[in-house]
Amino acid sequence: MIRIEPRNSTSRAFALGIPILSAVVSLALAAIPLMLAGANPIVAYGEMIKGVFGSVFSISEMLTRATPLIFTGLAAALAFRAKLWNIGAEGQLYLGAMAAVAVGSGAFDVPGIILIPLIILLGAAAGAAGMAAPTYLKIRFGADEVVTTLLLNFIILIFLQMMLEGPLQDPMGLGWPQSAPVLDQGMLPPLVDRMRIHSGLIIALVAAGIAQFMLARSVWGFKLRAVGENAAAARHAGINVNRSLFGVAIISGGLAGLAGASEVAGLKGYLTADLSPGFGYTGIVVAMLAGLSPVGVVIAALFIASVFVGADSMSRAMGVSSFLADLVVSMSLLCVLVGGFVAKYRIIRADTGKAAR
Amino acid sequence: MMDILNILLSESFWAASLRIATPLIFGVLGALICERAGVLNLGIEGIFVVGAMCGWMAVWLGAGLWGGVLIAALAGGFFGLLHAILTVPLGLSQHVSGLGITLFATSVSYFSYRTALPNVSSPPRITPFQPLDLPILSDLPFLGSVLFQQTALTWLALLMVGVVWYVMNRTALGVAIQAVGDNPDSVDAQGLSVYALRMGAIVAGSALMALGGAFLTMSAFDAFFFGMVNGRGWVCIALVIFASWRPGKALFGALLFGAFDALQVRLQTEMGALVPGQVFLMAPYILSIIALVIAARSADYPRALLTPWFKGQR
Repeated sequence: MIRIEPRNSTSRAFALGIPILSAVVSLALAAIPLMLAGANPIVAYGEMIKGVFGSVFSISEMLTRATPLIFTGLAAALAFRAKLWNIGAEGQLYLGAMAAVAVGSGAFDVPGIILIPLIILLGAAAGAAGMAAPTYLKIRFGADEVVTTLLLNFIILIFLQMMLEGPLQDPMGLGWPQSAPVLDQGMLPPLVDRMRIHSGLIIALVAAGIAQFMLARSVWGFKLRAVGENAAAARHAGINVNRSLFGVAIISGGLAGLAGASEVAGLKGYLTADLSPGFGYTGIVVAMLAGLSPVGVVIAALFIASVFVGADSMSRAMGVSSFLADLVVSMSLLCVLVGGFVAKYRIIRADTGKAAR
Repeated sequence: MMDILNILLSESFWAASLRIATPLIFGVLGALICERAGVLNLGIEGIFVVGAMCGWMAVWLGAGLWGGVLIAALAGGFFGLLHAILTVPLGLSQHVSGLGITLFATSVSYFSYRTALPNVSSPPRITPFQPLDLPILSDLPFLGSVLFQQTALTWLALLMVGVVWYVMNRTALGVAIQAVGDNPDSVDAQGLSVYALRMGAIVAGSALMALGGAFLTMSAFDAFFFGMVNGRGWVCIALVIFASWRPGKALFGALLFGAFDALQVRLQTEMGALVPGQVFLMAPYILSIIALVIAARSADYPRALLTPWFKGQR
């Protein structure tokens, strides 16, 4: 007979070790699909590492890829801390991107010192509105936010196509469904000459720092964690639970909106319907790998971005489908979930259980 | 107004409604079984993809149509088992595990498809299920031609509504599954295994979900495309709340959604000049949210939904 028993305390080594172990295991498991695809895993891993760390350019590509993932990872991590299941970061990202081009592509021909903050602010506001609506439906009507945020992703994507064929369409774009470009002075400055890495990364890192501080040290963060751990107890202790949920919804949606604004105004320069290859959903994996810690989000985003950039480069070199990256990312989520179990519980044989305790 | 009336009275409209509803019927029934046993299965979207890919692939490799259906169900059951292990004995977050299963199942399907067919520009086609001509039923006026246009998988979906209703309401197994989703301690006290009941329900429900996916590649279309499931799984999660976890209402909900989707396609062609087509495309998703908001207040969730249960811990 085996029994499952909670551990008395989860050690710090476990909390740090499990995400790292999950990442390693998921990469190791990728050897199976690599072999099935007829590739030599050792050579493939070599190509992946070369593809990420082989040159300054490839490192810049990895950091560029990590930037939106830090934003969406923070969006998921903060909301999940309060047990608010924001699965709608993908849609909120596009709301932020739409706001960014709506204000940035010529509506206001003002100097960059005004235009850039305007783009960032409105991008965040649009994303925040995208999460405020389902949170209102949850608080007011009890409508499950998992389902509403998921469905909103599809609604927003269709709305985006409508905007790109309508009001937001580039009049000079020969009929393509894409927006007019963001004005030059509205673009986030690049960090390195002739590289794609842009100052959106700095904003993301600052956001992570602020989130970490607020979560760990502020009253707001304390209330948030209390609501997430036990909403009924938090209410009993006099915390306004709905207000806490609404506050984190706005921050979470705002961060996802920033991901979209930073992709448009930092990287692409204009908006198309394929701006995000699922950054919103991948942000959930980033948050879980990070153990819902904002600083962890930065590290996890670097890992996931490396997987994507590395797999792309490996795919080009060896002809293996780049869906391998999605496979590794999804496996790392499942691994870290199981790892969380190992950290929290121990499995003991019932007959020797008393002695073990 | 006359246009809408004409559409509603046409046989092709009702035939399309039933066709669109078919994958949702499988999906809602599958989600209903899982949730009745106390486990939310957000793996549904990915399990749809797996069912669509595996069913199609099996037929393409020569397994025959029903062989494909069987393979799809087995593949769905496999990913269901994975979700079951993570959420039942391990008691991990049902939300995160379900999303993980969706990401995993989707990427496995896409990777396998790309690996099997690295260099195809247009996806290879199979001969899908053909409309089923039934002797007496097909000759009925109106209803006959609505039903006459459906394939065997639609009939299977309608049959499953009856089967799930019967099992849930008229058998000891069904009563036990519902009890395990309401009060697992009472089931355990009777000497039944909470783990086995919950895991079995998730595997069976996931197999049903996969059939919804298989319908897409083996009946509605004849090939596999990336992104073809397009949120149908999530719609089912909304519909199951709307249906108050009852098979009959699940059928009604799926048909209502199907009718609305069929109507928006027809209105789009009629009124496309006046309103952008995307307004109509959005409508079914918006309707799902509205249905959820209406149903949420009075929703009678299975009482132990989302609550893990461990043997020997009260």
